[in-house]
Amino acid sequence: MDDLLREFLTETGEHLDTVDVELVRFEQDPNNEKILSNIFRLVHTIKGTCGFLGLPRLESLAHAAETLMGRFRDGFPVTTNAVSLILATLDRIKEILAELERTAVEPEGEDVDLIGELERMSSLEADVLLAEAAPAPSAAPAPAPKPEILKLPDIVEREAKPGEVTLDDLERAFLEAPGPDEDFTAPPPPPPVAAKAPPAPMPTPVPAPAPQVEAKAEAKAETKVEAKVEAKAEAKPEPRGRNAQAAEKEAPEGGGSSDSVSKVQTIRVNVDTLEHLMTMVSELVLTRNQLLEIARRHEDNGFKVPLQRLSHVTAELQEGVMKTRMQPIGTAWQKLPRVIRDLSSELDKKIELVMQGADTELDRQVLEVIKDPLTHMIRNSADHGIETPAERRTAGKSERGTIRLNAYHEGGSITIEISDDGKGLNFGAIRKKAVDRGLGTEAEIERMSEVQIAKFIFHPGFSTAKAVTAVSGRGVGMDVVKTNIELIGGTVDIRSDEGKGTTFTIKIPLTLAIVAALIVAAGNQRYAIPQVAVLELVRVKKGADHQIERINGSPVLRLRDRLLPIVPAGKVLGLDGADANAGDEGFVVVSQVGRQRFGILVDGVFHTEEIVVKPMSTKLRHIPLFSGNTILGDGAVVLIIDPNGVAKMVGSGTAEQQYGFEDTGEAAESDEQETVTLLVFRSGGQSLKAVPLSLVTRLEEIDAGKIEWVGGRPLIQYRGKLMPLVPADPSIAIKREGSQALVVFSDGERAMGLAVDEIVDIVDDVLDIELVADRSDLVGSAVVRGRATEIVNVAHYLPLAHEDWTRGGPPKMASFSRSLLLVDDSAFFRDMLTPVLKAAGFKVMVAGSTEEALQVLSADKRIDVIVTDIEMPGRDGFAFVEAVRAQARLHDVPVIALSAGVDAQALERARRLQIKEFVAKFDRSGLIAALGEIPEARIEHYGEAA
Amino acid sequence: MTPAMTHAAGAEPGVEDASEYVTLTASDQTFGIGIERVQDVFVVASLTSVPTAPGEIVGLLNLRGRVVTAVDLRRCLGLPDRNGGGELMAIGLEHKGEAYGLVVDAVGEVLKLRQETREATPVHLNARWGQLMHGVHRLGDRLLIVLDADAVLAFDQDARAA
Repeated sequence: MDDLLREFLTETGEHLDTVDVELVRFEQDPNNEKILSNIFRLVHTIKGTCGFLGLPRLESLAHAAETLMGRFRDGFPVTTNAVSLILATLDRIKEILAELERTAVEPEGEDVDLIGELERMSSLEADVLLAEAAPAPSAAPAPAPKPEILKLPDIVEREAKPGEVTLDDLERAFLEAPGPDEDFTAPPPPPPVAAKAPPAPMPTPVPAPAPQVEAKAEAKAETKVEAKVEAKAEAKPEPRGRNAQAAEKEAPEGGGSSDSVSKVQTIRVNVDTLEHLMTMVSELVLTRNQLLEIARRHEDNGFKVPLQRLSHVTAELQEGVMKTRMQPIGTAWQKLPRVIRDLSSELDKKIELVMQGADTELDRQVLEVIKDPLTHMIRNSADHGIETPAERRTAGKSERGTIRLNAYHEGGSITIEISDDGKGLNFGAIRKKAVDRGLGTEAEIERMSEVQIAKFIFHPGFSTAKAVTAVSGRGVGMDVVKTNIELIGGTVDIRSDEGKGTTFTIKIPLTLAIVAALIVAAGNQRYAIPQVAVLELVRVKKGADHQIERINGSPVLRLRDRLLPIVPAGKVLGLDGADANAGDEGFVVVSQVGRQRFGILVDGVFHTEEIVVKPMSTKLRHIPLFSGNTILGDGAVVLIIDPNGVAKMVGSGTAEQQYGFEDTGEAAESDEQETVTLLVFRSGGQSLKAVPLSLVTRLEEIDAGKIEWVGGRPLIQYRGKLMPLVPADPSIAIKREGSQALVVFSDGERAMGLAVDEIVDIVDDVLDIELVADRSDLVGSAVVRGRATEIVNVAHYLPLAHEDWTRGGPPKMASFSRSLLLVDDSAFFRDMLTPVLKAAGFKVMVAGSTEEALQVLSADKRIDVIVTDIEMPGRDGFAFVEAVRAQARLHDVPVIALSAGVDAQALERARRLQIKEFVAKFDRSGLIAALGEIPEARIEHYGEAA
Repeated sequence: MTPAMTHAAGAEPGVEDASEYVTLTASDQTFGIGIERVQDVFVVASLTSVPTAPGEIVGLLNLRGRVVTAVDLRRCLGLPDRNGGGELMAIGLEHKGEAYGLVVDAVGEVLKLRQETREATPVHLNARWGQLMHGVHRLGDRLLIVLDADAVLAFDQDARAA
């Protein structure tokens, strides 16, 4: 592609964007001549350049659009239809440009449809509106470019108002101007190519301003146009008025209206050049930091003053270079008025777009990333947020909805708010959808706050739109929006009042290249945490004002009457000796990602430093914890912690699976506070029963008529499978009609429904189980919310539903508090066995894999007994025990193995590994008995752990 | 001379009759890397370990203002970790536009070896080793394994495929 064409594409693209915006403005303010002439000028420029470059298709389109706009200038009423038509034409032009950019050739094709329509409209006016002699050929049936172009002259003729400069004037002015090109181009005779505007008939009643324009144009032509004209001359030896064209293109800028186009001198610089400059400055900053560090160590040198100077200059240079990369956010908004306008007509809504802070500047790299998310969010607000005028009237609001876009600087970041005064999020619908999509059980979702619920809209494929419109509701988008924003270290937040509107708040860093970061220590290494993410620092110490407390092993901090989840950095990073901060001393870096606040517990805090973010090596990029690395002033490489990565671990579930939170042990240290969420139900009589909610897959209310009886056993079709039903109490009969409440348990493929009379409640309570003897269906009883409640042993019911879930037996009481590590890859079994083991008097730590288990053990936890599943993916139970035995410290820890089946070979292997006992997976009594046989002497020296 | 430039030369562009290798040792085994690939030889001053990183990566280090990913040759080859401190040496390599430091036990002299002493990789070698080498040179008193620097640094893909 030659340079000329490339430049044309860039310029035309920019012009079109402006025209888009201006047209929408013009539609609202049709009397503003300034806007109109600006549009007219731009379109004319496009047309002129196209003609010059020999792009007939573009030219005729632009021409037709220009003709219609010429009518507007004549005082012709600005109708929505007309504007839509012009906008459609612009779209077509853009399409052609895109194709042109790709192939460097104007695509084949006809635009008869648009041109015909444009022409029809232009002529229509003439007939209807203008008393002036209607141009004879105006209703020309032939939509081909030619006739239409022939039409132009008379329109132009007619249009020229006093004070207005017509195209012809300009053209003539330029022809007369002594351009530098004069020597090689003959002043154009009436062009042979009909595609250009200034044909022979020049009887135009040119008004006064012509001479002025001439003068200006002259000046311009001498300076700016020169280079272009030469280039063009080479490119196209067509004997056309190309000098005039080129000049004309500049002339309107010089002589035209002076509103929005700023006169600041600018040059185009290749982005790569800027990027390179930025890299160099980054290196310079780094070197300066190193020098400063050296100077700090050598007190008495003469470097001080020059170094200070260097420091200043570097800072200024850095700022300057950053500025070159800065662009007003308005450039990302340019398309939005058009988007809103199109949507309003498409959706039959009245929407006003208010934009504030368009001149807020940010790094172009950042700008590129947020451009599309912003557009998407605006579309979303228009589609889902704003109601139809009728709905709004009913709700007592004004018919016209408002979408407000606001951008402002705040600290080192930019905040962008997108708010609408529409109907707000429908939390009910989102809840329902979340349950349908299996994002949580009904009960879990019911308990979530609105803030949490709102976050679901960022889930992939989540759309509650009743109908999928062309605009949105396709289920793609918000998750992409979030991902894109998080990619650049930004956050998105939602606030919504049902009926009043929704506000999205996006916070993004100003730049990605240099950030202020807090340098912290974790383990024996330093890390950087971007300052943007840091809200405050809290010193924690046992016995001090602020100290770490634990809920079910998860550390939390009371901070101004709010509980803050704490993520110990050492643990997240999987550092050896993460236990070092088991004393919970150090600093909590309070961070916020979206609405989620959490604290990162680090061992020490140093200082804040401006760091140059360097990307992670490709081999390390998959680690979510780090967003990059940097070299500090003292030359050390440190990793930059990504608060978003850390935040993901704060959410439950993921924490356990991916980073081994609960598994790593501290669980044991404060049982007395440990609460369990229980599902309380009633079945058989008035007594309450409960089961840990973590075991429950979901709650269902089914139509009893749908229960099928096969061989006397009740089954129900559930999610495409047959699920056996088991009554929770032998005394209750499964209903034959009406509705039946079910508690569904599932593990992998298998599921069962426990039929209960009524679901009572979900409560959080400290579970202090008193065991009952000889009832295999119960673990024991406990006081839940002040009422005696029987805790159901799910293990009892499972074999009733599936033969291969073997039967359990009654537990025996164990009198000592010992710690036990349970290793099982199935979360279901872990959850099921944990209460049983706790009831037997153990402090239970769980691990989902061999690796996790070893991690727990290496964390120097006091483990008295290990209960491990043998069949596990990856390193199985035997491998695990082997690894355990290899450690001197754990050489004689009793191990009990769980297995579905045992053969001689396995027994032999178990014997060699000193596995005390093999117990079938569901044999609860067997397990308890085996545990009971473990000599208690072993735990003596661990006594203080209790 | 020319007859010696057989397919070995064809297989490895740039290999003339004699090639120059930077020699290095890891776990008492001598290796060689084509000198044209070696950008630097340096002493590893301070390493920043990267938690949760693949095992081959021992950390990041600062080499004259550039962040270099340090990869331990022993770990790439499945050799036991070296015990005890002492200075670590590393060889600076460029792989896919990024800077790596291959951490080895020691770096020796540069040897100019003729094609005559070169042999193909013995077939019965451990597959992992086989993938990482270009062949063997018979030296007077020992064997020198010609490392394929790119293969050594491509562990990432292998790990994922596995």
